[in-house]
Amino acid sequence: MELSANARAAATRTAPHVTIRGLSKRFADATIYDNFDFDIPRGKLMSVFGPNGCGKSTLINMIAGLFPADKGEILFDGQPLNKIKFGYVFQNYREAVFPWLSAFDNIAYPLKVMGVPKKERNLKVEKIVASLNVKIDLNLYPYQMSGGQQQLVSIMRALVVDPEILFLDEPFSALDYEMTLFMREQLQRVFVETHTTTVLVSHDLEEAVYLSDRILLLSRHPARPVEFVHYDAPRPRTDKTMTEAEFISTKAHCLEIFQREVRKG
Amino acid sequence: MNWKRLEVLLPLVGVVVLLAVWSVVTSLRIVDPVLLPSPAATFKALWTGMFHGKLGVDFIKTVERTIYSTIIAAIVAIPFGILLGSSERLYRSVEFLIDFFRSTPASAMFPLFLVLFGVGDRTKIFVATFGAALVILFNVAYGVMNARKTRILAAKVMGASRLRVLWDVMLLESMPATFVGLRNGVSLALVIVVVAEMFIGSVDGLGQRVFEAQQMFEMPDMYAAIFAAGALGYGLNLLFLTIERRFVHWSGK
Repeated sequence: MELSANARAAATRTAPHVTIRGLSKRFADATIYDNFDFDIPRGKLMSVFGPNGCGKSTLINMIAGLFPADKGEILFDGQPLNKIKFGYVFQNYREAVFPWLSAFDNIAYPLKVMGVPKKERNLKVEKIVASLNVKIDLNLYPYQMSGGQQQLVSIMRALVVDPEILFLDEPFSALDYEMTLFMREQLQRVFVETHTTTVLVSHDLEEAVYLSDRILLLSRHPARPVEFVHYDAPRPRTDKTMTEAEFISTKAHCLEIFQREVRKG
Repeated sequence: MNWKRLEVLLPLVGVVVLLAVWSVVTSLRIVDPVLLPSPAATFKALWTGMFHGKLGVDFIKTVERTIYSTIIAAIVAIPFGILLGSSERLYRSVEFLIDFFRSTPASAMFPLFLVLFGVGDRTKIFVATFGAALVILFNVAYGVMNARKTRILAAKVMGASRLRVLWDVMLLESMPATFVGLRNGVSLALVIVVVAEMFIGSVDGLGQRVFEAQQMFEMPDMYAAIFAAGALGYGLNLLFLTIERRFVHWSGK
């Protein structure tokens, strides 16, 4: 797929994609990050996992510029956020899609913001829909679609700009289990085809391990990286992957660290 | 099966019962016929008044005044509402004034507006505008303020400028509330216009018609004018609801 010439070029290089240095964030009642350093690897699907309230979402929200950090520097190949193209998928798809636009126009919206002419916008949307093999009537409005379909629309909306990096904040946690399984496969498919650097916040360890090349395990706040687990099972991964010894041991290892961090609370 | 089909007629039951009771009461002369004419006499007065008499002219006059005041109110209040709603601090600083004047009966402003604009149409229209504008302003401002934060963030992360967020997201987010404001505004404008027509040296309008018929003791005409005013209020509400369903199709979904 051509979708991500950018991402592919980026993936061939080996330097970290995102460098986070000295990141600090305080909320009224707690220090969430204190001088946090981390490198996000290029062209990998990375999950962030940790105890409740440790700041998983806060981390990607700050990286994606949804709200500012108190201190610190986040660079993408040495460039600030406003120089790069990125996609962001919210947990609450119902409040993230635009109900006054059809699914098609929702997906095309970021291109409109970028000033892409209408003809080209339509082509790009059609291309991404075809590449994901999506079979939804895109003339429908979001409120006429199921939750999974709406989230699929917002994932396509994030991908249509050909992003260098894709952020997903618990994208499947508002979906029923059947839809969650389907959406995991869709996400894996996107990743296999584009190798876009992807950062996924998940509260489901099985999902995190199943989908990821790397799992960042965070401590309770102030959060620091406890371990950066590698999981290199070949893709496409299937149900069978989850029965293999490597998957089981990786998951057990992550769970052990997680519980140790929780008990420290 | 047949019962199911009859269910669409349910809303008519109340009307039929009312007419039946009314007919019985008048035919048995339970109430003095001078105070309560029969349904037939009333609807005859309504028909002839609307299509051959002065009632039709008065009806049009009241429609004009109500629509003018609602349009002026919307033109003034919607931009101000968006402005106030886009900054919560700005809104908080004038919230008391808006709530205060929104709670002030617009009819209490008649004497002031009479002094300012004289006894003509302008006074009636402007008092109604005043009342409707505050209702619309309040709803628009709240609509903008309560715009889903996630949706605004979503537009921002896609690189939308502040102006674009305001135009593409906040404005559309506020549409359902704006229409609530418009519907309440037009109802209030009608109330104020009808009252103004009764009391400020009027020569036309439904309010004047009701008042005059009562003064002349032409009871069928008075009831006819009341029904005409009711039909107008109901019709205006329905009109705005229809427009809302068409243009704000996502409302409540």
